[in-house]
Order: sequence, then structure tokens, then C-alpha cells
Amino acid sequence: MAPQVTVDSINPKVIECQYAVRGEIVILAQKLQQEIQAKPEAYPFQEILYCNIGNPQSLGQKSITFFREVLALCDHPAILAKSETQALFSADSIERARKILDQIPGRATGAYSHSQGIKGLRDTIAAAIEARDGFPADPNDIFMTDGASPAVHMMMQLLIRSEKDGILCPIPQYPLYSASIALHGGSLVPYYLDEATGWVLEVSELKKQLQEAKSNGITVRALVVINPGNPTGQVLAEENQKAIVEFCKEEGLVLLADEVYQENVYVPEKKFHSFKKVARSMGYGEKDIHLVSFQSVSKGYYGECGKRGGYMEVTGFGADVREHIYKLASVNLCSNITGQILASLVMSPPKVGDKSYESYIAERDGILSSLARRAKTLEDAFNKLEGITCNKAEGAMYLFPRINLPKKAIKAAEEVKTAPDLFYCRRLLNETGIVFVPGSGFGQVPGTWHFRCTILPQEEKIPAIVTRLTDFHKRFMDEFRD
Amino acid sequence: MGLKALDYETMNENVKKVQYAVRGELYLRASELQKEGKKIIFTNVGNPQALGQKPLTFPRQVVALCQAPFLLDDPNVGLIFPADAIARAKHYLSLTSGGLGAYSDSRGIPGVRKEVAEFIERRDGYPSDPELIFLTDGASKGVMQILNCIIRGQGDGVLVPVPQYPLYSATISLFGGSLVPYYLEETANWGLDVNNLHESVAQARFKGITVRAMVIINPGNPTGQCLSEANLREILNFCYQENLVLLGDEVYQQNIYQDKRPFISSRKVLMDMGPPISKEVQLVSFHTVSKGYWGECGQRGGYFEMTNIPPKTVDEIYKIASISLSPNVPAQIFMGLMVNPLKPGDVSYDQFVRESKGILESLRRRARIMTDGFNSCKNVVCNFTEGAMYSFPQLRLPPKAIEAAKQAGKVPDVFYCLKLLEATGISTVPGSGFGQKEGVFHLRTTILPAEEDMPEIMSSFKKFNDEFMAQYEDNWNRSRM
Repeated sequence: MAPQVTVDSINPKVIECQYAVRGEIVILAQKLQQEIQAKPEAYPFQEILYCNIGNPQSLGQKSITFFREVLALCDHPAILAKSETQALFSADSIERARKILDQIPGRATGAYSHSQGIKGLRDTIAAAIEARDGFPADPNDIFMTDGASPAVHMMMQLLIRSEKDGILCPIPQYPLYSASIALHGGSLVPYYLDEATGWVLEVSELKKQLQEAKSNGITVRALVVINPGNPTGQVLAEENQKAIVEFCKEEGLVLLADEVYQENVYVPEKKFHSFKKVARSMGYGEKDIHLVSFQSVSKGYYGECGKRGGYMEVTGFGADVREHIYKLASVNLCSNITGQILASLVMSPPKVGDKSYESYIAERDGILSSLARRAKTLEDAFNKLEGITCNKAEGAMYLFPRINLPKKAIKAAEEVKTAPDLFYCRRLLNETGIVFVPGSGFGQVPGTWHFRCTILPQEEKIPAIVTRLTDFHKRFMDEFRD
Repeated sequence: MGLKALDYETMNENVKKVQYAVRGELYLRASELQKEGKKIIFTNVGNPQALGQKPLTFPRQVVALCQAPFLLDDPNVGLIFPADAIARAKHYLSLTSGGLGAYSDSRGIPGVRKEVAEFIERRDGYPSDPELIFLTDGASKGVMQILNCIIRGQGDGVLVPVPQYPLYSATISLFGGSLVPYYLEETANWGLDVNNLHESVAQARFKGITVRAMVIINPGNPTGQCLSEANLREILNFCYQENLVLLGDEVYQQNIYQDKRPFISSRKVLMDMGPPISKEVQLVSFHTVSKGYWGECGQRGGYFEMTNIPPKTVDEIYKIASISLSPNVPAQIFMGLMVNPLKPGDVSYDQFVRESKGILESLRRRARIMTDGFNSCKNVVCNFTEGAMYSFPQLRLPPKAIEAAKQAGKVPDVFYCLKLLEATGISTVPGSGFGQKEGVFHLRTTILPAEEDMPEIMSSFKKFNDEFMAQYEDNWNRSRM
């Protein structure tokens, strides 16, 4: 008898969904890495340079000391009673750990918490949101999750009833969205960001795509906006955000605001404004707009990807819908407690006057200024390459250069039944060990080719990366130039 | 505002169907009462550390050190951390690719998965492949991932025990599949009769359902029964004959309170049965750091192990795991520590054994105290809790109580449990949340309240119960309703 579970008999939505960030090129890179470990002479390079994923601490970024002090104390509160602990930990981290433990019923960090997350921590986060935006936030609107991704999945689950339900997504987008929509059986309705103007989001484009979807029988339910953008890095201007809010309000769409890069802004002329702040500043409240805002501990200057911490702030829904959001959260009982504690720390870090403030600020600013420098260095390097143009990374952690592949290269790619951008990225990997993700993994205007590169390799590695890339690119163009 | 994009009417129907009683009506009511100042004893969820169970010291020491590696550089670290914890922290940090703050491999840290495989081999006597072991944010996420692969639509059925842990019913609803119940036999100590299985499958197929998988929870939740080796063989044969994937929820494998039926893993029995069965029956086994004597629910750490799942399918499951990037790293370290425990001679070994034994022996005692306590109550019959963390007494509600419940618009066991809650502060989960035979009522409580609190809890329960039963066996007019 044929086995019950095979690729032919599993849920077809599983087969359909794709996630390029850890897809084909990365699997290839991992194989190469194993080969190099076994036979170092096999390749002209000694290490794989993973520029595929926003995973800062895997590339040497240090964690924020204060946060780790508090987490360690919460993991093992027994040491708070020891006098030696005062010598090993900063005084304010001890104080903060005590405060957090007091907010946890029974001081039990190993217990399942409330399914929305520990109340005291949500209070902290709500207060922080209010301080950030100047508008009130309700801890009952906050649902803490194992990273922002599960929260996105929850919303897609609620919104998508069938393939007739559409979600407007930016192209290019972070492929969690396309994957989640496919997994839940919905339709992705693309709206194109304008590369020529620095990835601007035109509301006229939103309207156009909405109309087209409607005429195809799709009910558009929500609009995903990633701000700062991934992979594009643009930071929306406040006026632009107002127009987006107005659009969602008029069309009755749920605004899904992915704001996980809110701390990653590298240009002085732009500032992060949360969509909640923008909406409230326009006088729009609970009755006017459905808004879900996502935040994570994985990005920013903290880069704590492995902790899986995050939350969504859910506003503008009736009690009956919220009940079901709670119910979905409760099936998984709760998100991990360490992640919850970290989310509260990230949203309310040391303040002026705190013992750890100076060292915290030094660490934070060190990381952010380094990220800004690396963003500029790599942007400039890409723009020097023949046939490559690269928009500035105003924020986030990526560059998304466009490559004008010569006809010969495109033909060569077609001959091996490979997308041209993947063809380029594979060659790059095999000749230099550098891992970029082909633009097709994120979406791009048909006929254009891109790749996404993170700005995360350590600063001292960047010159080598630029050299290897430049040499490779010259060889590639020499081979395939028209 | 234009057409409301998301209100109750326009929500995904499958979400509406989802029920999860463990944190449902009773829990919400208990939380309300708690806010009003009433003392509540939460026995609704298997959450040991919420009821005073202390975490094991050693794992917490190790993870704290991993969390703050700068401690490892401090010459005074040995003053507050033992040497073996320091060594272990260094070991786990070396297995990560950037410490606790980096996404790991989407399947989990390879070194930890290797430790899990070694654990399985030691436990069962058969080698296990780390490539077929995926770590997850709790076993629940793993269950959801696997069921999401299996369920294509309403036409796909999953055999689920009744009573069951409602993660299964909730997930099947969420993914739009069909739950195919098979009844456990209360009078036979919640035993599993293969004839019940055959009947359930036949009924499902008659309705046009393709039965694809079978869930067993061993030890059982809420029922606590430990499956015998013979029973497991029957089940595996059944899955072989009917071509079903077996989903073995084994999260309570450390919680065994009798010696007649120790825990045997489904995989061991499968391998013991030899080819062709051992090479053909598809099996996914689940485990966690939340239960056992570890009780580290808040970490959200678990794994699933796949047996006889074809490589391309494994790739697809890997792909889905990669969308969520990786399971949380601290919990992966807890998992490593759980499967790769301390050895005699290790500095912290004695303390670790003392703590572990203390918890397990106390659980064993509490299982007995609760069972006996329930059995001493009027109209209450309770099977012994052979394993897991729960007691599932049957409530023989008088007809008048059932009528009163109807009048109040409540399912009878919900009615009983609400009254129990209001009278005593004991927050349980009504049996209807787990499934039961028509007209038979239960409640689920955990055996987790502290041992010293048990006598008072049981006498408080008995007082309420016996009064309740007396009240509803009396003349209706004298009811205090």
C-alpha cells in the first residue's frame, strides 16, 4: 500500500508556499559549507558569507548587555539572594529583574502565562507605545507571540476564508506574507513599489490594484505595509502614511503594519512614525480603522532573533472578533516567557539617570551607526558595478540592488531552466561563498532582476566582501556582456 | 467606514469552529473572580510551576549562563555557578551559531537534535536520525505543523481519542478537517479497544471521509492511562492495515505513577515488530519540556521525530518550519539538558536527582490522594491516574441537576464546574471540553496543587459535591436555585 503521507498526498497549500530567505540558495550554501569543512582546497574561498537573512548575532553582532543581565536573572532568580550577584550584575538590572519577577504570578518564569502575555509586561509595552506615539495604548490590545511571524499567521488565519479573499502586499515584499497567504489559501494582490523614486508607495497604485482585484472577483480584506521596508529599506514619509490610512479607512481594509524595523532608520531626513500614531493624529480611532501593528525583538539594535519575542497591537475590532483572536492565542497557551520579558525590555530600555544608561547607549549607538555605515558602504559598492543600480537603504537591514543582466546571461540561465537572478546568485555563491537571495524570492516587476543582500556582516569583513563581489561581477560581465 | 473588512460575519469560519476549553469559559470566569479578590485554585491546565513546583536548579543555571555569556569570562562566576553548569553552558553556546540571540537552523540546533537522537536511542534501543527530528516552540506547534500537512480539506479525517486533549479538536477545526472520534473505555480503566477503532473508521468511511491519521496520547490526557505493549502493537497493526499515520503524543512519558505499565514509546514497539511493519508504518512522535518533572511550560520547548516519512515530504515540512525561521533557542537548550542529563559524579548530580525524585514521588502521591478523594465523594467515580498530570472523575449528575443546567442554558458539566468554582474557588475544566460519551459527565482537574494543600482542596470539593448531589436529589421545590 502506498504510504499515507507523501508529497502527492499532503496539503497542496504546503507544496505551493515558498520562502526564499531559507530556500534553495541557502540549502546550496549549507552543502558547500560542509564540503569546505571536509575539503578546504575544493573551493577558492574558505568561508561562506551569509548575507541572506536578517540574523545579526549570527554574524558577530553583540547583544545589549543590560537586556541579557535581566534575562539571566529572570532565568535563575535564586541568585538574586546571593551577595556575589551584586558584583556580577549591574544594580539596575537586578532592580529591573526584581520588578519583572514581581509582575509574574508566583514569580514562576516556567509557567504558562496569560495567553496574551504577562499583564505587567503588557502594561510596560502599552506605556512605551504611548510614550513613543503620544496616544494611549491599551494592554488588552496587545498579544505577545513567539516573534512577529506567528502574529502575522494568526491575522491571515482570521482574514482568509478562501482563495477569493485577497491581501494587498507590496512588491517586493518579505516572503512571510506570500507564504502565509498561500498556506492559508488566500490570494496575494500585489501593489508595486516604485524603484525609480526610491521605492515610493503610491496610493494611486493601491487603488489601481484594488480595482483590478475586485474586477477579478477577489474581495480584498487587508493591506500589508512594511515600514521601514523589507527588502527595500524605504522609510515612509508621514504624508504618505496619512494617505495610506485614509485609503484603508475608505475601503474598509485592515491595515497590517509590519513595524519590526522601527529602530533601524539610518537617514536624518526620515523618521519612524507608527501607523497608530498617524491614524490617531488624523483623529481616527477605534471606530474608524482596523489596525494591527507588529513589533519584534529580532531586529532594531537588539537583534535577538533566537529569542522569538514579539507582539501585535490590535485596534479597531469589535469584541466578538477579539474573542476569537484570544481563542486562537489560547490554543498555543502562550508565547515563551523569555521572549515576553525581552519585548518589554526592548520597548522600555534604560533611561537617562539609570546606572546602565551610559553603557546601554554606547552599545546601542555603536550598533546603529555601524549599520548606517555598512548600508552606505555596500550601497556605494553596488552602484559602482556595471549594470547594477542600488537604492539607498533608509532603514531596515537590507539592500536590494537591481541588476541589468545581459541577454547572453539570461539565455544561459534559461538553458539550465533557472531564473536569471538565481543563476547569478548561484554563480556568485560557487565562486565567492557569498550568499544573496534572488529577487524573485521577494517579487519584482516582471523582466527586472534583483537580489537581496543584508548589511549585517561585521564591518571588518565588508572590504573583503566588496572585493570578492567586484571581482566576480567583472568576470561575470566579461563572460556574458552583450 | 466602508464595508467592514473583519467582523464576526466576515471572519474565517474555521476559526469560529475552534474550541479550546482549557482556557475557555471556566478559566475566564475564574479569572474574573480572581480580579474581584476571590482566592482561586487554578487546576485547569497542566502548569506545574504556576502551582508552586520549583524549576530544577541545574538547567536554570546553565541557561542563565548562556543568556549572559559575559559571566563566563568573570573570574568570580564560580562563586555562584557550579563547574558543571559552567561547562554545560560553554558546550551549548558552542553548538549555536551566535549564541541565544541568533536564529538557529529552522529544524533546531544540529548538536541538540543529535542529543535528542541519542536520548531516543538509549531509551528505545534503536538508532534515531537527527535529520528527522525537528525542535519546535512547544509540542503544540509541532502537532499543528504536522496536522496542517495532513489535512487537505473536510474530506480528510483524523482519529482522535475521546476524551482527548482539545489541541487536536481545535487544530482539526482550524484546518478544516474532520475529527473521527474513537471512544476510550472508562470501565476498563480508559483502555483502548481495537474494535472501537474499526467501528469509528467504518463509520467515517461510510460518510465519505478519508481517514488519514490516528492520534494516541500516551500517557493519556485527560485520562492518564498508560498503554500496554500489547495495546501499542494492536494500534500499530491497525495503522498498518488501515494505512494511517500514527501521531504519538508522548509528552507525559516521564509522568508514570504505577509500575505495571511503564512507558514504552510507539517507536520502540514499531521497531520491535520488525519489517514490513517497522519499515512502512508512518509515525510522528512528540515530546516537550513542559511536562514530566521539568514542568518548564513557559519556555515553549518541544520536538517531533518522524519515522518512515519520505524525504520529499520531510523537505516540505522543513520548508514550512523555515517560514517561522527557528524555534526559540533558550528552549532548545532546555531540551538538550532534558535529554542529556547529568551523570553520577557530576557536581550537581545529587541535587538534580533529589529535586527530580522529589517531584515525581510527590506527583505519584498526589495522583493517589486525588483519586481516592474523588472516589470518596457522593456520585463521583474516578479511575486512577496512571500517568500524566490529571484526574478525570465521572460526575453522576442527578436528573434534576441536568434539568437545572438546561434551565440555566449550560451544558450539565459546565453548570457543575461553575458552581464548584463559585463555592470553592477550584477552577477545573468541564469534561465536555475533552469529549465524553453522550449523557456521561466529567471534569478535569490537575494533580498539581501543592501536596500540603491537597487535603483541604479535596475536603472543600467533597463538601461542595456532596451538598450539590444532595440538593438535586431532593424535592425540586426545596432547591436553592
